[in-house]
Amino acid sequence: MNKKCVLLASCAAALLWASTVIADSVAPGDVMIENLSVAQSLVGQPGDPVEGRKTFANRKLGNCLACHANADLDDQLFHGEVGPSLNGAGSRWTEAQLRAIVVNAKAVFTDLTVMPAFYSLEVGENVREELVGKTILTAQQVEDVVAYLTTLK
Amino acid sequence: MDSTPAPQEQITGEITLDSIMRQSGWSKDRCTSTAWRIPLNRFSMTVVVSALTAAMSAAVVWADPADDTLLIDGELEMVTRTTSVEGHPLPEVISGWHYRSDDTRVLEQDSFDNPGMLGVEEGEEYWNTVEGTMGKSCASCHDDAAESMAGVGATYPKWSETLGKPINVELRINQCRVENMGAEPYPFDKGGQKPLTAYIKHQSLGQPVALDLNEGEMQQWWERGKETYYKRTGQLDLSCASCHEKNNGKYIRADHLSQGNVNGFPTYRLKQSNLVSLHNRFRGCIRDTRAEFPAAFSDELMGLEVYTTWRGTGLSVETPAVRQ
Repeated sequence: MNKKCVLLASCAAALLWASTVIADSVAPGDVMIENLSVAQSLVGQPGDPVEGRKTFANRKLGNCLACHANADLDDQLFHGEVGPSLNGAGSRWTEAQLRAIVVNAKAVFTDLTVMPAFYSLEVGENVREELVGKTILTAQQVEDVVAYLTTLK
Repeated sequence: MDSTPAPQEQITGEITLDSIMRQSGWSKDRCTSTAWRIPLNRFSMTVVVSALTAAMSAAVVWADPADDTLLIDGELEMVTRTTSVEGHPLPEVISGWHYRSDDTRVLEQDSFDNPGMLGVEEGEEYWNTVEGTMGKSCASCHDDAAESMAGVGATYPKWSETLGKPINVELRINQCRVENMGAEPYPFDKGGQKPLTAYIKHQSLGQPVALDLNEGEMQQWWERGKETYYKRTGQLDLSCASCHEKNNGKYIRADHLSQGNVNGFPTYRLKQSNLVSLHNRFRGCIRDTRAEFPAAFSDELMGLEVYTTWRGTGLSVETPAVRQ
């Protein structure tokens, strides 16, 4: 085997590894919401609450403060009040319930809620072209946010 | 409520340092958790931000529409709250004026302070300007707008037999330009469209919105508009009703959600420092749900104009209203 071959082989191995990592995420259409819960992590391992806090606050990602108050982020101005306060959310809900709510709140609360589904393709009509087939958050970001929410005691 | 506003739009609004200081008697516990309800004026930002720490106790929760009366130039009392027309899902219709801050509401009370009045004055110039192959201005036929256009702003959109659909003021102006002036129609939001529409609607200032749904097929277009109003769009899966019916009166971040009544359009938006047309606002709102948005004056948005105008039945025409 010459050098080129070795290089190609290692590239292929790297690609294979990468695709395995992606394949480990549950696809949006395959997430099972049962008993108002999603029991298993979408990425096969616990999320990172520190990253989740950032995703929660980021206006381009979770943008959760648009609708929810959260005393843990009191350094940020203007917490919304369309949804309930999330103070103590980690005590009121189990991790599996929080995961279901973030994935697709309408599957938990019915159409009575206006909360967007952060990991579902069952969304509104006429989705902006470049967003068709995409979820608001990635599976990893959902897990990070869920991990963060469980810390809100 | 797009999650990706331009930086200057993230914190905009209308409260100045003055009003923060006026509010500073509020108890400290009102600001400890959720509640920074003070939208900041862009140009007073620097001052205000440095004052924020000192004014921690100034945060105010404005959960309810402001209890106030809109009196223009101290003489014209406007109907800004009234019992809803039959079939309306809400018991009372409330003008967006009540949802804005003290400083913004004051701007609309005085014709000299209302920045939208510059647009109205510009519209008057268009009214009197001769254009097109027939050598006519609006005034050539319609003379004094105060008389000839009185009531127009309160009763449009109307049924148009010629078009076989509803026609609004913007399209009526274009029709007149083409047929009676030999002039080019204004492209959406271009040329004199916004100022002239504002000028014409302003002639009905104070008159109650009253559509005639019995004309032609207006009722079918009302139905069509209602469907659009409740249709959830985009990745964020929101309809007009999600914010303006279910959640009016609540804050979405720094924004106090109104009922979305359209009785003040074209409206002067401080955020954009400009008159904003109704169809521009429709499109912006739909875009913010992360959806593709319909063309201005498309059938979908004409239906929505009929329906949303009807929802504000009984409110005074406020054109040009002042909003954040």
